[in-house]
Amino acid sequence: MLEVFTWLANWLVYELMGLDPTSKFGTSLHFFVEDTTKIFALLVVMIYVIALMRASLNLERVRHYIQQKPRLAGYGLGASFGAITPFCSCSSIPLFLGFTSAGIPLGITMAFLFTSPIINEVAIIMLWSLLGWEFTLVYIAIGMAVGIGGGMILDTLKGERWLKDFAAKAYQQAAETPQGDAPAPEVPILTFKDRHEFARDELKEIAGRIWKWVIIGVGLGAALHGFVPDGWFADNLGSGQWWNVPVAVFAGLPLYSNATGVIPVMESLILKGLPVGTTLAFCMSTVAASFPEFIMLKQVMQWRLLTTIFVILLANFMIVGWLINLLSPWLFSGFH
Amino acid sequence: MKKIEVLGTGCKKCVTTAEQIEAVAGELGIKVEVEKVTDPAAIMGYQVMSTPAVAIDGKLVHSGSVPNRNKIETLLKT
Repeated sequence: MLEVFTWLANWLVYELMGLDPTSKFGTSLHFFVEDTTKIFALLVVMIYVIALMRASLNLERVRHYIQQKPRLAGYGLGASFGAITPFCSCSSIPLFLGFTSAGIPLGITMAFLFTSPIINEVAIIMLWSLLGWEFTLVYIAIGMAVGIGGGMILDTLKGERWLKDFAAKAYQQAAETPQGDAPAPEVPILTFKDRHEFARDELKEIAGRIWKWVIIGVGLGAALHGFVPDGWFADNLGSGQWWNVPVAVFAGLPLYSNATGVIPVMESLILKGLPVGTTLAFCMSTVAASFPEFIMLKQVMQWRLLTTIFVILLANFMIVGWLINLLSPWLFSGFH
Repeated sequence: MKKIEVLGTGCKKCVTTAEQIEAVAGELGIKVEVEKVTDPAAIMGYQVMSTPAVAIDGKLVHSGSVPNRNKIETLLKT
């Protein structure tokens, strides 16, 4: 079904504009047209459909659900809900305090916040359409692992010692009073019209936020695709030496993008021969470790905690990169 | 006079919310005092998890989105 977009790009770029399919500019433009039209069409349909389904899911219900579960399950749940809950990064402070003041351990809250930028419906749609389902599943597994692992390490280190005073107090108070019998928040009863309105607003909101990232990401990906020769990375950066991964992580740090902008670039990097693990490490570092986000968390955390979180994240990205590079001959046998 | 607080850690949507409330109140001729609350501890005090949120005279009335025109009118009139 998706071939439609290849035909569209063929027709537009090679026939209508008369560009040479073997020229660098021609291939780049073809790649750009095919990917942007495909991504936008898929996004519009899928964001709407997914929003219809999750209209009744709100943070209060998620919080209550996590509270009821044993701590160990909490990490997995935190990361899972981080992936599926509609959530804007400007809400991370209220969310953090809402969870903390309800006595949810720091590690579980952070598992939610770590996973949230990495996995969301937009990222999954784009990965699936550009890189296929095998890659998408690996990506989801990694995103969850980074969140769950990061959260568990934080709690092992007793990170809550380094919260700002008011947040630490709120957490302690909640931990001392039993929460188990707190009444469940009401499940909102929604008509189809309510769901439609919610989905329409979500679509408008998300599309308005990400369209430029799609253009920038696909534009960069297209430029790489057309102008960088095949195998360039393997020839110039070496293929899979251990130090490639940390270099990729640090290169991704100053770049601040969301998953939407980075995924089309990933596609091109992999096609040009950058090892999959290295590419993923770069992508995670760009998406999940962003300075603006960290500065925001400073409002509720001491520097010590912030630095700890940062180091844990970077270490996780590197481990993921090495691991996937090691396993990729088995994971992606059918890839390329 | 109504004291309206817009709760949020300073994102664009919170600014929009405050502006729209002021605009609607102006049109309806209702006197309001709109204040943007960005202090995390104060926001936590209202038990809000999704911003922007709106509180009128110390009572939380809306959270999680920029309220649309109808909603603002209802809030101001009650």
